[in-house]
Amino acid sequence: QGKFTLLRDTRTDGSFLVHHFLSFYLRAGCKVCFVALLQSFSHYSIVAQKLGVSLAAAKERGQLVFLEGLKSCLDLLFGEEEQPGQPSPLQFVSGSSSELRALFDFVRVSLAPHGSDSWKGPVLLVDDLGVLLSLGASPVAVLDFIHYCRVCVCCQLKGNIVVLVHSNEDSEDEENELVVNSLCHHSNLILWAEGLATGFCKDVHGQIKIIKRLSLQQAGEQDVVQIYQYKIQERNVTFFARGLSAAVL
Amino acid sequence: LVFTEEDKYGLYSNLLFKYFLAEGVVCGHDLFVASAKEHPDNILKELPAPLLDDTHGKELGDEAAAVKSGDVQDSMKIAWRYQNLPKMEASPTTYTKFGHYYDISKKMSPELCESIKWHSFYLHEELSSQPEMKTCKMNSGYARLLQSIQRIISQEGFDGSDPQKKQRNVLRIGIQSLGSILWGDDICCSDTPEDTHSLTKFLYVLRGLLRKSLSACIITVPAHLIQNKAIMERVTNLSDVVVGLESFIGSERETNPLYKDYHGLVHVHQIPRLNSLICDVSDTKDLAFRLKRKLFTIERLHLPPDLSDTVSRASKQDLAGSAKLLSSGCGAMAIGKKHLDF
Repeated sequence: QGKFTLLRDTRTDGSFLVHHFLSFYLRAGCKVCFVALLQSFSHYSIVAQKLGVSLAAAKERGQLVFLEGLKSCLDLLFGEEEQPGQPSPLQFVSGSSSELRALFDFVRVSLAPHGSDSWKGPVLLVDDLGVLLSLGASPVAVLDFIHYCRVCVCCQLKGNIVVLVHSNEDSEDEENELVVNSLCHHSNLILWAEGLATGFCKDVHGQIKIIKRLSLQQAGEQDVVQIYQYKIQERNVTFFARGLSAAVL
Repeated sequence: LVFTEEDKYGLYSNLLFKYFLAEGVVCGHDLFVASAKEHPDNILKELPAPLLDDTHGKELGDEAAAVKSGDVQDSMKIAWRYQNLPKMEASPTTYTKFGHYYDISKKMSPELCESIKWHSFYLHEELSSQPEMKTCKMNSGYARLLQSIQRIISQEGFDGSDPQKKQRNVLRIGIQSLGSILWGDDICCSDTPEDTHSLTKFLYVLRGLLRKSLSACIITVPAHLIQNKAIMERVTNLSDVVVGLESFIGSERETNPLYKDYHGLVHVHQIPRLNSLICDVSDTKDLAFRLKRKLFTIERLHLPPDLSDTVSRASKQDLAGSAKLLSSGCGAMAIGKKHLDF
């Protein structure tokens, strides 16, 4: 409850983690607000179906609020004039303000509890935060947005937040690295997917570092770091201890 | 969304661009060609002619079998990436082989070009008309291009908005030399450009348009001129396929005996990961291209047999170090004397 999980990837694609959390929380009966900036609804829907969850059904029964960033941006730029009561969540793209306030309001309204709801805790899922920077938001605006979301979702509503970011050791994208580093310091749990240091391998797609930030909760506690390797399959991801891939044993 | 980093002189990326468009003509797709450099009419006149006779196909097959049977498979594999681009659930192709072959020494006949519907966008002609787009803090050249694409998509029904239309076709969009100074964007000339977000915003909106309609797009960009690498990282994130072409012209590799059969390297920086948890990562990461008299081929890079006494260890290491292996599942290649993936 009230946890902030950061999904991070370096030189590989960590989006399989996003798919996992999406289907995990939906199956657990939580109300999910998914800010999907990078891919279309049908992409997530097809993968979720392979994992055994129907996004369309979840949307229908009100369990899932899906913001399709690509579509929202198109509506903003090519659509008719917006209704006064419903500002576009991605308003900042058209330059009227560089704050992500409209996006935050969207999140807040979607996860606000209604009387008739019987969902367990609210969850905010974002894929991926770097897109906001590409669209012109300043790093400070992005961090503010996350901060407001934490206050609202984690503290007030006792829900969880899961955010995906990309990073790279020798990245020249300073704004992105700034956001990522700042988020790392404030996360309760970091799942860091990386490519193998030895290069490409068909049987082991990468390694994942799980960092439980116990140092945030209690002074003097050390963070616990666990490292596993993984292989992604069509409907599943298998994790195993380092060096114990099925291909080797 | 196929993003191609141009080679230094733009020769080979231009070829790829033309192949993409030519394939569209042969498949009967509609075309949309945008450029700030050459008039699209001229681009269309220069498309290579398709090889439709079986005799040449057989010749090709024989040659391939004699040399290395792997090569022809590889080049079709690469072509397949380009064929597989329509973003909606496209019906699978019924061809037994993917794509067609082209003869670059001959031009496509005008009748064939005219058999399909094509639209063009030549920046310098469009600049005179008034933009209707809402203010977006984007470079006006890009904004107009987006508006033009969106207009064609909705007018011609590529987004499924016209239920009357029974025949659904694919729109192939080709944009040449985006990001260059000719488009009014200064990311290629200065380290701290005025507007770092125009290109990425453009790509995001384009991605939205492609996802929403039956279209595929190839963009070529003079990436070697872009000083600000942060932009290239963001662009890679926003594209489905990113391929870089590095030609050997004018570099020290031209005279390197290891590369003598080839004209350049192909770096695949990103491959699409759509509708699935995993992507189809191919076995080989080192690809090189060469321009034969009639064909442009992309092949697995293989070292010639080490017959001579004078081929030194140093040049082999150089080769290993320079082959960049970036894919969805790997970190940087370990620098060392071993050629891990050869």
